[in-house]
Amino acid sequence: MSKTLLDIQGLSKHFNLGGGRVLKAVQNFNLSIRQGETVGLVGESGCGKTTAGRTIMRLYEPTTGTMSYDGVDITKLSKKQFKAYRRRMQMIFQDPYASLNPRLTVLDIIGEALDIHGLVHSRAERKRRVEELLELVGLNAEHASRYPHEFSGGQRQRIGITRALAVQPEFVVCDEPISALDVSIQAQIINQLIDLQKQLGLTYLFVAHDLSMVKYVSDRVAVMYLGKIVELATSEDLYDYPQHPYTQALLSAIPVPDPSKERQKERIVLSGDLPSPINPPSGCPFRTRCPAATEKCASEVPELRETRTGHWAACHYA
Amino acid sequence: MSNPVVTRDDNPFAPLRKEASAGEKITRKSLTAWQDIRYRMKGNKLAMFGLWVIVAVVLLAILIPILSPYDHFSNELANKNKAPSWSHWFGTDDLGRDMLVRTMKGAQISLFVGVMAAIIDFFIGIVYGAIMGYYGGKVDEIMNRFSEILYAVPNLLVTILLLVVMEPSLTTIIVAMSITGWINMAWIVRGQMIQLKNQEYALASQALGAGHMRILFRHLIPNAMGPIIVTVTLTVPSAIFTEAFLSFLGLGVQSPAASWGTMINDSVGSMTLFPWRLFFPAFFLSLTMFAFNVFGDGLRDAFDPKLKK
Repeated sequence: MSKTLLDIQGLSKHFNLGGGRVLKAVQNFNLSIRQGETVGLVGESGCGKTTAGRTIMRLYEPTTGTMSYDGVDITKLSKKQFKAYRRRMQMIFQDPYASLNPRLTVLDIIGEALDIHGLVHSRAERKRRVEELLELVGLNAEHASRYPHEFSGGQRQRIGITRALAVQPEFVVCDEPISALDVSIQAQIINQLIDLQKQLGLTYLFVAHDLSMVKYVSDRVAVMYLGKIVELATSEDLYDYPQHPYTQALLSAIPVPDPSKERQKERIVLSGDLPSPINPPSGCPFRTRCPAATEKCASEVPELRETRTGHWAACHYA
Repeated sequence: MSNPVVTRDDNPFAPLRKEASAGEKITRKSLTAWQDIRYRMKGNKLAMFGLWVIVAVVLLAILIPILSPYDHFSNELANKNKAPSWSHWFGTDDLGRDMLVRTMKGAQISLFVGVMAAIIDFFIGIVYGAIMGYYGGKVDEIMNRFSEILYAVPNLLVTILLLVVMEPSLTTIIVAMSITGWINMAWIVRGQMIQLKNQEYALASQALGAGHMRILFRHLIPNAMGPIIVTVTLTVPSAIFTEAFLSFLGLGVQSPAASWGTMINDSVGSMTLFPWRLFFPAFFLSLTMFAFNVFGDGLRDAFDPKLKK
């Protein structure tokens, strides 16, 4: 088994909304990611998966918890000290239309990564390196002089990927990299990410809400609900033997490309909406929508426990 | 040859072989954001008219005092209060000074005041607004309260109080306008920073390890330039108007220097007898204000991506 690259223990991120209200976006988040694997992080909108990704990148300062990267605690590092780790950890953003500065050329967008870390020493070298990187993701060298608005969504996302890879990171947080793209382009980007992973030996934390896509790319999958991980397992195991009622409901919503099977399939429909993370339910966060909830769920918070080998779930009845 | 094999190249119905990179080609001419804005400005006739009027007034203000045989301060009492004629196109005033030269000297002062006020607002407003909006939290709270308090003090009162300690002059007027003038700009920049600092490209830069200065000056401020330039353009006419207003009240530039405001003030008593003395400065004041306003409005439309065709 390869070594643990990133170990996250008890990570929480609370946003102070003023007036004594606190939004607990991420609570008690435990996850360790081994070198070379892809961990999927799924959950519905507003469950805190993007916040978790951004906190890991220290774009948000964690409220509590520790993160060790390659054995070093990076939670308390100063900005200067952390800069070295920014080269090793990078992020691909969700919206390819918002993640590229419209006033800069592609050369400057990607070149910025090289400038910040002093990876090139002349303008000619900078240009050559950017062109090499563009070709790595299947774009042309002459695209370097263009502005972001001249590209299609898929091309823009590849520019975003290029920017993240320019500093030669080993760990990349992919924050819903395909959710803003057309389905036909989604496959292209996903396959590109998988190719790059093989080629460059990358480790991914893949944040998404599309379960079938996550199953395709991930070795292990963590399911989040209301800021907490409710289930964590290898992707095969999670899809074949879902333990948590929330995961079961999510999986039953995946459409099957066969009309007769699709009609017979039993679908678990959740009632109600995602509760507000400002005022979460007592006990188990899922109890307000859970078909199997009992009194115990309202009083006791279920902890993540191993219900099968290598399969963790946070449910009293799993 | 009983069983002819149709190879792909012979088959007229074979799909075209596609160059792998052909799909990635961009054929549209590369247009920067600025070229795009210029293109859209050109389509706006009223705004272009405003721009040409501004250019014309600036050229006249520079050239007329140089080319004219008269100057703006020599009295010629034999020729006082003359109506417009071939020797004095705009007539003369109560001391026989040529109104054309004086109006254009007034244009110099008015434009200078307008541009200076805009430049000062631009720098103070951007720095103050960017700090408020970017750092947020307590810093924003305190700085914003301070600007609100300053904004609540009547402008005229500030100017009059300032004139107690400073001589009435051009510098005094510019200082007086700058004390409160930058607040509007600061609020606009603040709003832009709050909106832009959570854009993913700013986060991406942060994730790459960029410092605050790089994020502010390379990513945020260039993207806020649209509203900033519009505000600057609209500051100019309001500063010109404020100067004219203060000069009209006698708080502005002192004779023999002329500004549109002092000229209007001098002529208003005898406007029924010598209307040209009021008409020309008032006309140029209105024309310039109008030109800057339509130009600023045009810029606002050109910068608004939602109106993009």
